[in-house]
Amino acid sequence: MAGFLLRRLVNYVVLALVATFLAFTLASVTFDPIGVLQQRNPPPPAASIEAKKRDLHLDQPIPQRFVTWMGGVVQGDFGRTITDRPITDELGRRIGVSLRLFLLGITIGILFGVLLGVVSAIRQYKFSDYFATLFSFILLSTPVFVLGTLLKMGAQGVNDAVGSNVLIFVGETTPGFQGNWFEHLGDRLQHLIVPTLAIALGQIAYYSRYQRSSMLDVLGSDFLRTAQAKGLTRRRALFKHGLRTALIPMATLFAFGFGLLVVGGTFTERIFGWFGMGDWLVTGISAQDTNVTATVTLFVAVCVLFSGWLADVLYAALDPRIRVN
Amino acid sequence: MTTSELQFDAPADPAGEGPVLQVEDLHVSFPSESGRVRAVRGLSYQVSPGEVLGIVGESGSGKSVSSLAVMGLLPSSARISGSIKFQGRELIGQNDAELSKIRGRRISMVFQDPLSALTPVYTVGDQIAEAILVHRKVSKQAAANRAVELLDLVGIPNAAERAKAFPHEFSGGMRQRAVIAMAIANDPDLIIADEPTTALDVTVQAQVLQLLETAQEVTGAGIVIITHDLGVVAGFADRLMVMYAGRAVETGLVDDIYRQPRMPYTLGLLGSIPRLDVGEKQALVPIKGQPPSLTDLPPGCPFAPRCPMVVDACHTAEPPLFDVDGSAEHRAACIRTNEIAATDAEGAEAAVEIFGAEVIGEPQVAKVPREQRETVLELDRLVKEYAVNKGVVFKRRVGTVHAVAGISFDIREGETLGLVGESGCGKTTTLMEILGLQKPMSGEISVLGTNVSAIDAKRRFEIRRDMSVVFQDPMASLDPRLTIHDCIAEPMQVHGYGKDEINRRVPELMRLVGLRPEQLSRYPGEFSGGQRQRIGIARALALEPKLVVLDEPVSALDVSIQAGVINLLEELKSKLGLAYLFVAHDLSVVRHIADRVAVMYLGKIVEIGEVDSVFDTPRHPYTQALLSAIPIPDPVKERQRERILLTGDLPSPANPPSGCRFRTRCFLHASLPPEKQRVCIEVEPPRETQAPDHEAACHFAQIRQVL
Repeated sequence: MAGFLLRRLVNYVVLALVATFLAFTLASVTFDPIGVLQQRNPPPPAASIEAKKRDLHLDQPIPQRFVTWMGGVVQGDFGRTITDRPITDELGRRIGVSLRLFLLGITIGILFGVLLGVVSAIRQYKFSDYFATLFSFILLSTPVFVLGTLLKMGAQGVNDAVGSNVLIFVGETTPGFQGNWFEHLGDRLQHLIVPTLAIALGQIAYYSRYQRSSMLDVLGSDFLRTAQAKGLTRRRALFKHGLRTALIPMATLFAFGFGLLVVGGTFTERIFGWFGMGDWLVTGISAQDTNVTATVTLFVAVCVLFSGWLADVLYAALDPRIRVN
Repeated sequence: MTTSELQFDAPADPAGEGPVLQVEDLHVSFPSESGRVRAVRGLSYQVSPGEVLGIVGESGSGKSVSSLAVMGLLPSSARISGSIKFQGRELIGQNDAELSKIRGRRISMVFQDPLSALTPVYTVGDQIAEAILVHRKVSKQAAANRAVELLDLVGIPNAAERAKAFPHEFSGGMRQRAVIAMAIANDPDLIIADEPTTALDVTVQAQVLQLLETAQEVTGAGIVIITHDLGVVAGFADRLMVMYAGRAVETGLVDDIYRQPRMPYTLGLLGSIPRLDVGEKQALVPIKGQPPSLTDLPPGCPFAPRCPMVVDACHTAEPPLFDVDGSAEHRAACIRTNEIAATDAEGAEAAVEIFGAEVIGEPQVAKVPREQRETVLELDRLVKEYAVNKGVVFKRRVGTVHAVAGISFDIREGETLGLVGESGCGKTTTLMEILGLQKPMSGEISVLGTNVSAIDAKRRFEIRRDMSVVFQDPMASLDPRLTIHDCIAEPMQVHGYGKDEINRRVPELMRLVGLRPEQLSRYPGEFSGGQRQRIGIARALALEPKLVVLDEPVSALDVSIQAGVINLLEELKSKLGLAYLFVAHDLSVVRHIADRVAVMYLGKIVEIGEVDSVFDTPRHPYTQALLSAIPIPDPVKERQRERILLTGDLPSPANPPSGCRFRTRCFLHASLPPEKQRVCIEVEPPRETQAPDHEAACHFAQIRQVL
């Protein structure tokens, strides 16, 4: 099994390289940073434009530029942004922001999604099932920016009712906040609640649908009946034998959901003013910045492939039938 | 607590106590779109300690539902009324927590399908240990040790090692053993076995039945065994209850019911099973129609629409169970039961008389000696192997599955060859090779004298006309979106029949298989299993083939329906002079329908020949074991029979034993002196003639009668 996972990992490195190369090439071909520079008013001197061209290696063919950039990446240097700041410095910070924002939301989403799905399945065609279904479909059909805005309004309402700013929905921390680490944590939590809700609600709706159907498949199964025939109560049989088996097909969903969300949360980041990876991609593209775009793409590729790998590991951990092969 | 404290108590003296289980006037109904389904309607029975009660009935008769009601495992939508007393304690109305203290501790259950009965993600040992831990305060280690002991007790070799295996690493038979181990883990007082052997091969079925007897001996529990197969319960049960449409229609001691059935339905059931031990042509009783819908039962006896003895009085009220022959033990729900008692014939013969079944004649061509008839199919040393590959990107071959390892046989005009063997023996592969009409890996296939290796696509297409197939599952083998007319017409359209001819021929085919042409515009979903199988047969006959390949054509059908389809196949053969290749695992059916039989084991034919010769004087130990494993629906005979129990499961065809492939499970081999054993290990036995038209592949072939 370990050998299998190792081989997979090697495959993934190649795939990540290919994805990044494609994104790099596409960005290099379409972006025109010099054109942007020339249109400035007053126009910058010709010498500095030439210098910029050299800095960006625009005199080289694209594959060579990629090799140069990749050479740096291998050594931990992702090049410089168009505004000549080292990408590497910002990368770590941005990844941190994204992870802080999404980790909690996704965890809550998975936990409650599974729970809601299980309840829905057990109480199929009863009121709670219909209610969960309605809740899920409404959330699934609401775009994130609408949900985000609604949540902001709700948070404002709560703040007004309480009479102070309990829920803060702009940024990650209060600028210039002073206090010990505990107060810092409190401040960060105040900022975290609303965006986390925005992420978690959608995730709950999404996972609960899948969990419901995978649980329904298991509910009629013979082994659940066997477990009850052994003397387990229905509830215990449902959780110990039923849910455990129904979680297996969910593994892929969890893994990829995580990988995609970390970079797919552009809207959420922008709405709540968190400057993470999703935000960076948009800024990078609008600034015609090849290096930033390629860096974010590489990060996306790594996330997605890591998710695939994680899915394999999860599968093997959950399902002994996979482990044998 | 140590393991020794988990041992079984000595069985209590059965005579001293009241019944373990007493069911009184049980009703169970479920909601459905067409109204409430009254699955069980006033069922009463009891089981004494140590007694084995057999419940027999077809699908939908309420036999499984009633036992799930005892376990308290019915879905919450079920409405239950009446009384279920277990050791004097009322179970109906108890909550899940209360019932779960009894389930698995006092009453345990063995289910039908061992493949799905175990949770795939936990080891077998853990699942058995869980059964102990949930009821007793013992350490995990003690429970785990006990699980190993139990696995050993149910005959799993190398139990300590195998306890750590997951269910998918166990064969079907072994999983059923594990389920039985679980069922006896807490020394229960009642074991309910719901079709425990239906999903298993005959040799494994014999092992599992034996094991249930052992389980009964060690626990002293009362057993309720539910089955549709009258053979299974004949030798095992003490008392029998026959169910029909949610009610008991006949109850009594096993011997009484088999010898003197007093309700027409029981008679029909007994008469509808082909007998393994009857040599001469037997008339099979088909019960016409199908079981009634339980949503809206008309007044009167529910069996009346299918009953040959029906009179007007049958439609007025549903008959209760009457005492018959002046005994309170034997009761039957039929107002004409005394008239049945007046017939002289016994058991199945009475059924033949009452239902008016007839022996179906041989086709004209059968009068011509076999050698002079045309050969419709000939296989010569046919081989089919599958590569076992490993690796995702770079596949490498790590082994070969020898699915079919050089088999030869021929089928003549108007003849039925039965091909039998356990699952995994290569029956289906052989069939697919024949139907594929492609050049085999090695050996030859000839259809009507044409060698299929040397023909082009056009000729191959022409040959397909002469050969057709009927599949096992009538539900899956008809396209649900085509009308019956289109289903039957399709082969003719493909082969370029004119529209007029098709429209003339389709109704004709419908009548031929005993269906009404008015139903042609309907869809397969509107037909029952037996009717669909008839449609499948009509489709197979559309092109007037010479050879019909039948892949387990009746194994998915209920017994009473099965007899009708077998009779139909025989009639068609007689009328149309067809040749059949009949693939089946049910040897009784094969004996009834086949002229010759070939027994396969691990890709080889071990014995082949004229059907009576092979069944009456089997030479190969495998054939003997196979035959002896099949229960006969005759309690007296069944109890006297000595079973040859094969040990273990079929070896992997990827790694067959050297020399004789059967030697690893062969009782004869085991009894031989070492120098003779060496012959079995080193030399593959050739097929040798043992009697006229009877060959067997065994170095030490000898006759052993097992029926």
